[in-house]
Amino acid sequence: MKPSVVVMGTSAGGLRALERVIGALPAVFSIPIVAVQHRSRESDLFATVMQGLVALPVREAEDKEELVAPGVYLAPPDYHLLLEPGGRLALSTDEPVSFSRPSIDVLFESAADSYGPAVLGVLLTGANHDGTRGLARIRAAGGFAIVQDPKTAESPEMPTAAIAIGAADRVLALGEIAGELVQRSNG
Amino acid sequence: MSSRSGTYGRVELPAVAVAVGERREVALASGSSGAGPRVGAVADPDVAEAADRPPAEEPDVPGRISRTVVSGESPAPFAGVPPLERLEMELLLEAIYRHYGYDFRQYAPSSLRRRLKKRLEAEGLSTFSALQDRVLHEPAAMEGLLRDMSVNVTGMFRDPTFFRALREKVVPMLRTYPSVRIWHAGCASGEEVYAMAILLEEEGLYERSRLYATDMNAEALDRARTGIFPIARMREYTTNYQQAGGTRSFSEYYTASYGAALFHARLRENVLFAQHNLATDTSFSEFNVILCRNVLIYFDRNLKARTLRLFGDSLSSFGFLCLGRRESLRFTNVEDEFEEIDPKERIYRRNSLPRQGGGPAPSRATSGRGARG
Repeated sequence: MKPSVVVMGTSAGGLRALERVIGALPAVFSIPIVAVQHRSRESDLFATVMQGLVALPVREAEDKEELVAPGVYLAPPDYHLLLEPGGRLALSTDEPVSFSRPSIDVLFESAADSYGPAVLGVLLTGANHDGTRGLARIRAAGGFAIVQDPKTAESPEMPTAAIAIGAADRVLALGEIAGELVQRSNG
Repeated sequence: MSSRSGTYGRVELPAVAVAVGERREVALASGSSGAGPRVGAVADPDVAEAADRPPAEEPDVPGRISRTVVSGESPAPFAGVPPLERLEMELLLEAIYRHYGYDFRQYAPSSLRRRLKKRLEAEGLSTFSALQDRVLHEPAAMEGLLRDMSVNVTGMFRDPTFFRALREKVVPMLRTYPSVRIWHAGCASGEEVYAMAILLEEEGLYERSRLYATDMNAEALDRARTGIFPIARMREYTTNYQQAGGTRSFSEYYTASYGAALFHARLRENVLFAQHNLATDTSFSEFNVILCRNVLIYFDRNLKARTLRLFGDSLSSFGFLCLGRRESLRFTNVEDEFEEIDPKERIYRRNSLPRQGGGPAPSRATSGRGARG
């Protein structure tokens, strides 16, 4: 099944990992990408920095914004980012999950609920366990889960935890993930 | 308060259980309840039609109902959730609405589902049908659900730059008015209301201001009325206050004791806390400023459009509307009626007289809906 959305999650070391993956995608990549990167409340410049590094259009998500491809949507600081059925984004200020807002689990679980098998989840470098539960939910709902090989991760904890609970369909080196995404985007 | 407070002033609010019951009456019978402060409640559609007239001066007179309901967008289903569970969730929302009058049917689906799942876990139940049974038969369970459903993450001077922008861009305009009316819609436990009172006090406007702070959750309003907040957060609030352009020492505004910060009574002298549900109630007065920050993110697009229409109809000419930092009027039914005063802080100003008539709004909000996914 061709995915209708790619969701990505990362914390420590995330900017460089996101740059490596998203930067290697063609500018016409046909599936919208929605990403959570843990960061502080004040870091307003993340989207601007990212945009300087990759060809795909990057923006910080607005509430109820419609997903359009090609495009990368980043969770704004201090908000959870969720996917809604019907192809829109939603924000929430509910309490942090795993000490994180935005939380990767919140994004991933909403993606699994909203799109079931049409979700492609990618969990990258990170220093905590956020995202592992959500990735497992993506798999359980029939979606496909890619985890960065911990050996290639700046912080291996998050990918290691996901692999340990059996949440990965495929474990790939950082440099191989973009190729896998392109292949899967072709159906 | 002035003579206005007769029907409306310092009535002891019933405990939540009672408020929930009262709420039910409001939903099933018609007219407003006399027991607690409620504003803008219109239960009977016929009464609502009859009340269709220009905004009333007094908030306890039912204002005109906003008939603008942008409809026609049937919600897309949760593709990753089993059909039976989707049905059970719908039935639960329907049951809550019909029995208690709280309408969550047009809430943003993903956050709504997340909160309901959380309640399910807290109750130790495994299906929404079981939760429905419990919520219908045990008011305490309904209270718990209401708590989960209320937007309660708030703080004082959250987003300090927003409050700075208020001082710099909104206050100068308010100074030219003989009196100032402000509506905090969805005020939760009231932190932002106290912050606003402090700001107005420092700008010399508090004396002539009246703040209406509303929320659907009576329990949250009870807390707001006390003016007591956790002392543990004062350090954060102090920093925010300073960054927001505060001109005094923040600790002047409260007394610390027993691990709590009690804010001075003066800060709520000109504040009226009252129950109002944006999903079901109507306009109840006319305001110079409406603050509704990070509340509309919990509504779906239809309900957001309805609420924005309500705000549009409740603002005076050149009145200000303040939204959360990641909310906007882009692609909404009222976009053309507002001017952006501060794009970053999401402060808008009504650009003309309030729309008359209350006819159907342009259906921009329903155009181009997401076919993807």
